[in-house]
Amino acid sequence: MQGRVAATAAAAALLSLSWGAPAQDAQRLAAACAICHGTDGRAVTKDIAPLAGLPREHIASQMRAFRDGQRPATVMHQIAKGYSDAEIDALAAWFSAHKR
Amino acid sequence: MERRDFLKVSGSAAALAAAGCATTAPSKARVVVVGGGFGGATAAKYIRMWDAKIDVVLVERDPSFISCPLSNLVLAGFAGMHDITRGIDGLERHGVRVVHDEAVAIDPSKKTVRLGRAGAVGYERLVVSPGIDFLFGEMQGYEQAMRAGRVLHAWKAGAQTMALRRQLREMRDGGVYVLSIPLAPYRCPPGPYERASVVAAYFKQAKPRSKVLVLDANPDVSSKGPLFKRAWSELYSGVIEYRGDSRTVGVDGDSMSVRLEVEDVKGDVLNVVPPHRAADLAAKAGLITANNRWCDVDWRTMESKAVKDVHVLGDATLSAPAMPKSASMANNHAKIAAAAIVDLLNGREPQPLKIINTCYSFVSSTEGIRVSSVHEWDRAQGTLVAVKGSGGVSAVRSQAEGNYAWSWARTIWADSLT
Repeated sequence: MQGRVAATAAAAALLSLSWGAPAQDAQRLAAACAICHGTDGRAVTKDIAPLAGLPREHIASQMRAFRDGQRPATVMHQIAKGYSDAEIDALAAWFSAHKR
Repeated sequence: MERRDFLKVSGSAAALAAAGCATTAPSKARVVVVGGGFGGATAAKYIRMWDAKIDVVLVERDPSFISCPLSNLVLAGFAGMHDITRGIDGLERHGVRVVHDEAVAIDPSKKTVRLGRAGAVGYERLVVSPGIDFLFGEMQGYEQAMRAGRVLHAWKAGAQTMALRRQLREMRDGGVYVLSIPLAPYRCPPGPYERASVVAAYFKQAKPRSKVLVLDANPDVSSKGPLFKRAWSELYSGVIEYRGDSRTVGVDGDSMSVRLEVEDVKGDVLNVVPPHRAADLAAKAGLITANNRWCDVDWRTMESKAVKDVHVLGDATLSAPAMPKSASMANNHAKIAAAAIVDLLNGREPQPLKIINTCYSFVSSTEGIRVSSVHEWDRAQGTLVAVKGSGGVSAVRSQAEGNYAWSWARTIWADSLT
């Protein structure tokens, strides 16, 4: 348990570099995505992008492309518009740090 | 195995406490969750995921979970009950203790929940995700007609879903299926219009002389209106007749008619959805604060504005502005509550959460449409509001959105129940 606390604290410190908020906040921000992308970004069906373990830069750039209308989508262009750059970076960092 | 043993020996709060002591790490606190649907099951799971030192007991009276989302496909014969039925005992892998029993009363002063069979359970914090119950009394003759099997709501998935499917299958070709919709707010805003669409699709295939008559208490189609209306005119012209401003005030099972304020309308199958409110348990517990119907909550924590240390989720809540009573919202309410409860039990100040709604509807056996929104805490307004510029509906109906609808359902079932 001690080890886990230490690991969580380390992850929090890493993530806070990019967002100014602890990993716990990114984890909670990411939880909303689970209704379509699966718990912790582990996709349940083949129709959906598995976010867990994708490269951080890829998630962030695709979210911005959806948001700015550069990448066509059925839904993500409308969802992405609800997120700031800082939030997108935090989500990207969090999902990329998880195994599929 | 553990659960069955636990049920065998339980019968008191003491037994629950003893079961808690069997784990190696001492628990910080016990949270009891009432209701194993999209709200309650998700809350139980996420509290354990985010702090495994909190004891979580989930109380659910039904043996299995039957999904309201996609249940309209079952009515139309495009899916089976098995497709929308899931278990909740898989939550035990997170250390959630699942108790199949009914919560019959809440005592907020003693902080206990009384169960139908297993005595009383104490809690530090209580999550109530009770769903809805119907205001049958607002429609004269409804309960009598329902007992006689002459009218159904099928607005809770289960026995009535199967009964309505049977009635639609047995209806003569050339018959009229009447669908009556209550004034908003009600559970699942696009649900009735989806139901009209997929039943019309079934009629077109199987009994093409039949009609769908929609009697809507609202002035117009109140969700995804242009998308539904386009599908109706392009796919179901002459099959669906829509009447707005048509509020049902009574039902007569003998003459098989629905009484509106100004006229009676006859049908072969009567599917009247009565107005509803937060479920009976919420009423008994004093959680209902608004119009005798809904439970007002603090949207930073989902804590009841009426009863301390009790969090209310899902359709039972007094919805925030532009927030639908949907499965996606209930699941996300649960995440707000889980985060707040973990913070509160660890002596931290809860922080507001940004959440997402996405609701798919079928307009045929395979084509879907969708509405989405992102909601965030607004300090000035003291509630969750839709983020400006975000959200919207599908550009057009499509098979792609239909496939996404199934994917969404399988995913949210897994996120909530396993």
